[in-house]
Amino acid sequence: MTALPLILTVFVACAVEATEALTIVLAAGLIREWRSTFQGLAAALVVLAVIVAVLGPTITLLPLTALRLVIGALLAVFGLQWLRKAILRATGYKALHDEASAYLREAAAAEQAAVSSRHGVSDWYAFTLSFKGVLLEGLEVVFIVITFGATQHDVGAAVIGAAAAVLVVAATGVAVRAPLARVPQNAMKFTVGIMLTSFGIFWGAEGAGVSWPGHDGALLVLVPVVALVSLGYTALLRHTAAAERAPADNPAQEVTRS
Amino acid sequence: MKRLKAIGAFWCDFVVGDDWRVAVVVVAGLALTAVLVHAAGVNAWWLLPVCMFAALGWSLRRATRP
Repeated sequence: MTALPLILTVFVACAVEATEALTIVLAAGLIREWRSTFQGLAAALVVLAVIVAVLGPTITLLPLTALRLVIGALLAVFGLQWLRKAILRATGYKALHDEASAYLREAAAAEQAAVSSRHGVSDWYAFTLSFKGVLLEGLEVVFIVITFGATQHDVGAAVIGAAAAVLVVAATGVAVRAPLARVPQNAMKFTVGIMLTSFGIFWGAEGAGVSWPGHDGALLVLVPVVALVSLGYTALLRHTAAAERAPADNPAQEVTRS
Repeated sequence: MKRLKAIGAFWCDFVVGDDWRVAVVVVAGLALTAVLVHAAGVNAWWLLPVCMFAALGWSLRRATRP
């Protein structure tokens, strides 16, 4: 497999998480103060980089079969989580993630918090808000970078995808100085869910001893099949949701039926 | 001890997510695949995708059931 699918998957996953982190950083910076916010951001990026630097090379020391089994299982579970959430959001069973309202919530909380300085940081609230936001959103990206990078023995390519996404999102955020509410986050999450699930199935089954028909070429079938099944579930749930709403939209029909 | 429990709960939630049954199906699917390959000599490449699609459908059904 070439490095391109690896870089693209990490790029899209990282762009989704970076968009969410940017909302928190903007709330901390614009409402509180930028210096402490940047200190929090830098501290979180250092922690994330250390995790990648320590776990990346360590995990590649494991035997390939065991590595593929464990990472395949983790990616499959993780991918299904992303897909489940994206399908529930796309069909209206779960509210779409709205960066504009998330920003307003964070900004309201930031306005009310008291100012206190600690450990050389002038605004501890801005520091911790920025640090926690970037660290928590970044952990998922680190997980994807390490698992994809280690299994392909190309952590560097995964890091390039993640770094490119952070730069693109950060540059856009600086340019518009507002939460990126127009980013099609759910569609991106759906795409990443499909990729994680497909690679999870492929590597997990290989780790369990399976020999895929067509070897690596099986992925070219697996990815579209996972996409089709996910789209099928989405269509089915949309149909169910519409059928559930129909009696509420048309009370006369309900009365006639009863 | 409290902090350790909190860290454990965070990582469990981080990896397993909203529906732990999905993780159980994935692990069971992998175990069954390994048994079929190594004990019965069946190249069961089809088993894991089937388990995954079933787990996703089951989880979505549980989440949307009124």
